[in-house]
Amino acid sequence: MKVPVSWLQDFVDLTLPIPELAEKLTFAGLEVEDIEYIGVPPASNEQDANAKGLVWARDKIFVAQLIEALPHPNADRLKIVRVAYGASAPAEMVTGAPNINVGDSGQKVVLALEGSRLYDGHKEGRVFMTLKKSKIRGVESAAMVCSEKELGLSEEHEGIIILPDDAPVGTPLADYWGDVVLTVKINPNFARAQSVLGVAREVAALTGQRVRLPQTWDTQERGAPETAFVNIEIADARLCPRFAALLIRGVKIKPSPQWLQQRLLRAGMRPINNVVDITNYVMLGYGKPLHAFDYDALIARANGGVPKILVRPARAGEQMQTLDGQLRSFHAHDILVTDARGPVGIGGIMGGSETEVSDATQNVLLESAIFDFISIRRTTAEQKLPSEAATRFGRGIPASQNIAPARVAAALMRDLADGTIEPTLADNYPLPQTTPTIDVTRRDVKRILGIELTLAEMEQLLRALDFAVTAPHADTLRVTPPDYRADVEGTADVLEELVRLYGFEKIPSVLMADALPPLEGNAALEQEQTARAILIEMGLQEIVTYAFTQPAHEARLAPNERAEKIFPLPQRAYVSIENPISAERSALRQTLLPNLLDIAASNLRHTKRVALFEIGSVFLTRHAGETQVGDLPEDASLPLEPRRLALLLTGPRALPTWQTTDVAPFDFYDLKGILEELGAGLHLDELNFAARAHPMLHPGRAAEMRIGAESVGVFGELHPLTREKWALPAQAVLVGEFDLEKILAHTDARFIIQPISRYPAVVQDIALWVDESIEGARVEQLIRQTGGALLRDARLFDVYRGAPLPVGKKSLAYTLTFQALDHVLSDADAGKARDKIVNRLTREIGAELRRSGAG
Amino acid sequence: MSENATALQARALARLETIWDNEQLEAWRVEYIGRKGAVNALFEQISALPHTERGAFGKTANELKLALEAAFNAKIGAIKQIELSKALEAEPLDVTLPGRRPSRGHIHPTIQTLQEIYKIFGEMGFQVYRTRQVETDIMNFQLLNIPPFHPARDNWSTFYVAGSDEKVLLRTHTSPGQIRAMRAAYPNPVRAILPGLCYRYEQVSARYEIQFNQVEGIVVGHNITFGNLKGTLTEFARRMFGERPVRFYGDHFPFTEPSAQMDVRCIICEGRGTDALCKYTGWLEILGSGMVHPQVLRNGGYDPNEWSGFAFGMGPERIAMLKHGITDIRNFWNNDLRFLEQF
Repeated sequence: MKVPVSWLQDFVDLTLPIPELAEKLTFAGLEVEDIEYIGVPPASNEQDANAKGLVWARDKIFVAQLIEALPHPNADRLKIVRVAYGASAPAEMVTGAPNINVGDSGQKVVLALEGSRLYDGHKEGRVFMTLKKSKIRGVESAAMVCSEKELGLSEEHEGIIILPDDAPVGTPLADYWGDVVLTVKINPNFARAQSVLGVAREVAALTGQRVRLPQTWDTQERGAPETAFVNIEIADARLCPRFAALLIRGVKIKPSPQWLQQRLLRAGMRPINNVVDITNYVMLGYGKPLHAFDYDALIARANGGVPKILVRPARAGEQMQTLDGQLRSFHAHDILVTDARGPVGIGGIMGGSETEVSDATQNVLLESAIFDFISIRRTTAEQKLPSEAATRFGRGIPASQNIAPARVAAALMRDLADGTIEPTLADNYPLPQTTPTIDVTRRDVKRILGIELTLAEMEQLLRALDFAVTAPHADTLRVTPPDYRADVEGTADVLEELVRLYGFEKIPSVLMADALPPLEGNAALEQEQTARAILIEMGLQEIVTYAFTQPAHEARLAPNERAEKIFPLPQRAYVSIENPISAERSALRQTLLPNLLDIAASNLRHTKRVALFEIGSVFLTRHAGETQVGDLPEDASLPLEPRRLALLLTGPRALPTWQTTDVAPFDFYDLKGILEELGAGLHLDELNFAARAHPMLHPGRAAEMRIGAESVGVFGELHPLTREKWALPAQAVLVGEFDLEKILAHTDARFIIQPISRYPAVVQDIALWVDESIEGARVEQLIRQTGGALLRDARLFDVYRGAPLPVGKKSLAYTLTFQALDHVLSDADAGKARDKIVNRLTREIGAELRRSGAG
Repeated sequence: MSENATALQARALARLETIWDNEQLEAWRVEYIGRKGAVNALFEQISALPHTERGAFGKTANELKLALEAAFNAKIGAIKQIELSKALEAEPLDVTLPGRRPSRGHIHPTIQTLQEIYKIFGEMGFQVYRTRQVETDIMNFQLLNIPPFHPARDNWSTFYVAGSDEKVLLRTHTSPGQIRAMRAAYPNPVRAILPGLCYRYEQVSARYEIQFNQVEGIVVGHNITFGNLKGTLTEFARRMFGERPVRFYGDHFPFTEPSAQMDVRCIICEGRGTDALCKYTGWLEILGSGMVHPQVLRNGGYDPNEWSGFAFGMGPERIAMLKHGITDIRNFWNNDLRFLEQF
């Protein structure tokens, strides 16, 4: 909200420099987001960066009056003007302003003398210039009459500014028109401050001043629902606790005076005409939105009788054309202001076009009413009709504040629109405002704020905020908030008021001495951190991506649409977003891999090597009976949010450098090795792998990772058709996705290590020929089983196919390390153990020992 | 004969003087002190000598042998020294050439910041408690004093889940975790931080994202005051941003009262107000906080007359942005390796 300081000063004396005041307001919860200086210099202690805008030099830019406008001898469109500005001699200059004609005199204008710093009116945007003496078509001109653009007031450069007739000639413009505008952020709990008066009250409380209210200000005034000029009926007092109206006869619709227009503009509203401007002015100044009806239109609708206003919920399907020209339909939760013929306004939001004030309006029925703020907000959102009025109504306005602002508006219509106020107030007030009484003790202050305050100190702070205070007991204050506040309901609210005024900075910082809750740690998180650290060590980059996706995007993982939907392909109904920001973000993901592929694709535009992983949640519509950790009973229908791990490798193992480096492309075994090492780091003793076809994977290069017999995810080389869907280069892309929770469930911080032998080892190499169909894992398993305790390690160091092997055979070469824990193992014993292994391999899988020897 | 030995010694040593490589040295050894060398030839002459001369001759020959062996050993050392010097001088490396760098992965900057936050609060006795992301309207709003259509909802533009009977939404903040943490902990005291992703319907820009992380904190105990809130969060700021002033001032959250914003002195301009980072105010907004509202305590299962507490919330992306000079929040989700690899 924009608050011109000149307007603020109507209500309260400012005793602090603007920056200090702004800081005080900010600290008290009314954040001043911006300070705009119009024509006046910023306070000296502020940084230059804050001093945006133009300063109107007090010795160069003045309020002036046109003495005469003469024709320019050499140009038809130019004029020579002489203006008085309080100096002994008038100033003379050339102007092209279209709103000054030859022969004019008497207008009040803004004069800038030579050397003035202004904005260049002929340049786009705001470009500084310094006014210099020059000859314009042969006539010397050293001064200028200014446009709004040149003074930085607006972009208007069509004509020069014509000031009000009462503008004081010779006064520096900065004194007459300069201002400071504060932009104040109004949090929802500061509804009372949504007006210049509201901010003034806060300023007064913070600086020890009193606010000045209009003499007519009376929040007790009440009227009757039935009057000679209007009858008011309210169908539901909860929706409309109060509805009042004043009649102003004989108004003349015309533009508002300059000062009022200026205030509206500086507060951010466009002037329209005097009656509309006055309602807006009172809303901005006093926080009460009003609505002006054309009274004669209401009479016409009542067939010449006294209009009967009925405030009621809309009937289903009811329609009205609002004054923005739109025909709108309503629901039963919308509040309508109606008369005998039907709706004439949406309560608090917008009037109907048929009864709106026009240039021909003579008599104004001024509505001031209070509506249920929840209903207002709902209608505002549904009808998409946000407005200054709806914002204020939507935060709640106490019913006691209904009449006094309307009286201010009526008086202005009398003064500025030549109207006559009908003295009677029409007022239906079925649901009077309740005022709470709240007890606050010194113990409350100590217990919640951590400070000791005396009752007298508490009382002083609260009185500054217009609270009524009594002290029923020695340690208790009984307080009543002022009638303009509806936000104070309980002790916590009063404590907040106390600390706001006392000062947050004065509360001492104290570390907690309270008992610690039982410390349980977070095992799942810690294991996740371990997994992350292991992956990082192996050179994978962590990414974090959007939880949002589009079902079609995830479906692209399986190149064959009819493929079986198995993990991690989406298998369930999507958790879809009712109000998505775009189609691409219309549901929550069920798999991480599409995001990894997206990120790989975008990075491959600038690099060749990509090695990524993500740990994150996917979102699965819950089937009946499924549970997850942390569920409360009421969560039974909310989606499951399991944590997943996904990995992706593509490109060379390393980027080439000046040295010899392994730049071969990542392949299946790179990914598998990472998984094996991850398993080792997490001590997953039962980790194993098996071939497993999967629609998204290359059929011969797909596997599943298992712990014991449980599958925890699949990995392998991306199917070439899937790769093409992501427009990835024709190179192997290794991917895998895993159920992280299943993996981490098998980690055990208490893993057992193997003893290290002090005795020498015997190393033997063997090369075996086996059928192609024999899996390496089977061979190694047999070796390890048969080798028993003496076999310390078995490492595959060569796989060979081709001559001299026959087709269908492969050669596997292992280094076997034999070692005993308690004695020196002889070569003979090691040889026996080796022979036992070879014999078993020969017997069970038909392996043929081709070569053996000391390793 | 002794003349012979003297001459031999002189000749051998003179020759040795000129030798500076191992090959020639070996030849010298063979020639003079080898098994068939000149010295051994001398010893072989002993048997041909009269008994009376044998002693003196033998002694002379022995001295000759020892002298030549000593000279030989000295020469070995000298040559080794020279060869070492030569080796050390040969082919010096260009130490400015790039080293062989192992591929190292990097933890995502948001996660790094989260880990730092966990650590700082962990040392103050806070436990990490993760809660769900898809929430009910009741949990995300109503139990936090934000009824339907309440003005406070303006601060949380919400994504709703389609087709649910009761309103289900993507949590707009980690604050529903307050209720969950309290309900899980009751009747014990609570000291927890609640991290995680949150979602808001925003126009994506350099400052706003539809998805972001938050870290909520909640403390509930028998003697928890606003002074504890200040003490705890000031300590956090000191650990996270170093020794620098902080300030607290009034703010509004429906679920805390009183509520306060915490700023730290700008890490760039140090309070001079000269930098865009702090929007020329000299202060950086770090977190929102407040005393847990009595009704929220009640909703969590705690009697507000017996218990009190404070809560706070901060954005790890914002903290990372401040600490690392990141000007566009979209970097966190674009996952450009050129960005990520700098962490």
